[in-house]
Amino acid sequence: MSVVLYDVPGPRARRRVLTSSIIGGLVLLGLLALVVRRLAANEQLEYALYEPFLNEPQLYERLLDGLKNTLTAAAYALVLAILLGVVLAFGRLSHRWFIRLPAVAVIEFFRGVPLLLLIFALFLAYPVVVGDELPALWALVIALTLYNGSVIAEIIRAGVLSIPSGQTEAASAMGLTRGQTLRLVLLPQAVRVMLPALVSQLVVLLKDTSLGFVIGFEELLRTGGQLVQFLGNPLQMYVAVALIYIAINASLSALASYLEGRQRRTVGSSTTLAPAEAGAVL
Amino acid sequence: MDAVLDNLDVFVEGFTSTVSLTLLAAVGALLLGTLIAAMRVSPVPPLRWAGAAYVHLVRNTPLTVVFFLVFFGLPEVDVKLPFFRFAVLALSLYTAAFVAEAVRSGINSVAAGQAEASRSIGMTFFQTLRLVVLPQAFANIVPPLASIFIALLKNTSIASAFFTFEGIQAMNRLIAANGDAVIAIILAAAAGYLALALLASAAFGQLERVVRVGR
Repeated sequence: MSVVLYDVPGPRARRRVLTSSIIGGLVLLGLLALVVRRLAANEQLEYALYEPFLNEPQLYERLLDGLKNTLTAAAYALVLAILLGVVLAFGRLSHRWFIRLPAVAVIEFFRGVPLLLLIFALFLAYPVVVGDELPALWALVIALTLYNGSVIAEIIRAGVLSIPSGQTEAASAMGLTRGQTLRLVLLPQAVRVMLPALVSQLVVLLKDTSLGFVIGFEELLRTGGQLVQFLGNPLQMYVAVALIYIAINASLSALASYLEGRQRRTVGSSTTLAPAEAGAVL
Repeated sequence: MDAVLDNLDVFVEGFTSTVSLTLLAAVGALLLGTLIAAMRVSPVPPLRWAGAAYVHLVRNTPLTVVFFLVFFGLPEVDVKLPFFRFAVLALSLYTAAFVAEAVRSGINSVAAGQAEASRSIGMTFFQTLRLVVLPQAFANIVPPLASIFIALLKNTSIASAFFTFEGIQAMNRLIAANGDAVIAIILAAAAGYLALALLASAAFGQLERVVRVGR
């Protein structure tokens, strides 16, 4: 922590911290005990509700299938979103207004609209326009691509803008065009700066695949919901599903902060991008 | 187009609910998030651990899963509320983790001399935090809070899958009744969210100017 909100404690302060620790710890434990007691009173701690997790190999097969679908959707969406992001970022960085303005419009539209609306829009409007059903996987992947592509475009743009202007000037002095400058000089250097933000965005993308459940895509969360139908243990099952998400995302978050730390230690590159995790700024 | 104009009242009702979900959850998230941030910077280890655990667990859980846990979990600990309040609670609990991180980084951005000065005139930890550090921290974190609350505005749409009437449910209700005007209805809903997001963004821009002048 960079701010010292309190001095190195002396004997009296140490005693006070100890007392507060005991009181604070007891309050937290008391809350926990209350929750456990109420869970027990509502028969949520019965062995039968947990037994399937121990004795049902099928349960894990189903959850694994769901997880595979989650990861498939995330992988497709990630690749497509990076491609879209590069195109949109180059568009927004273009010096020609008839390229820049449409890129800005697309980015701001898809960042400003809820992802769920995009998913419903694709799922409900596609049959009307094309006359054919759009598979749930693709409704989800395309919606994720449009939203995350727009966010990634902004990450790339911020990365490119963080490169010292001497690089652009040197490139123009050598006679490179604007496109060549972006592609050959700025983007390769920007990748390093924006890697932590990109990995954080991957966490967002992975979490958002869970919205697939509203259109019947059998990803991890929906699979959990289906298992609840005949196991009758919603609380236990959703906690298990949450733990799977947390395990994957915590590893990705750790990777992001590792990359960020490495970035900061590298000599000569003091710039890091804040993760775009919290969502869009319009 | 007629399907939208004739049913404008449905959209107005839906987006009013979207706005109240957003505002109520924003207040909840701000209170809980600040509390968690204070726990994370406190000298008391158990509180620090609890705060860190909360942030790390909630931030890595999809909001949809948080909704399921609130709707199925809380009744089992005898907390039974109407669906709308459960939705507000789920949104608050989720957003609080992000607010806590923003507040904590705001606290870290306040110069160390400020806290040292307030201690040297005899303020306690809570006085230092409440009177000196937090006011400056909040002035620094208006932009990240703005993006968190705009994300919250968009996240309220998930409440539509949990029996809460809001913008998306208004859209789906109209689509069910007017199958021939699907695209116009979807575009109208999108326009509603964009307008609200622009409004929020403008309000936060104004707030940022006010706070900056105040210093």
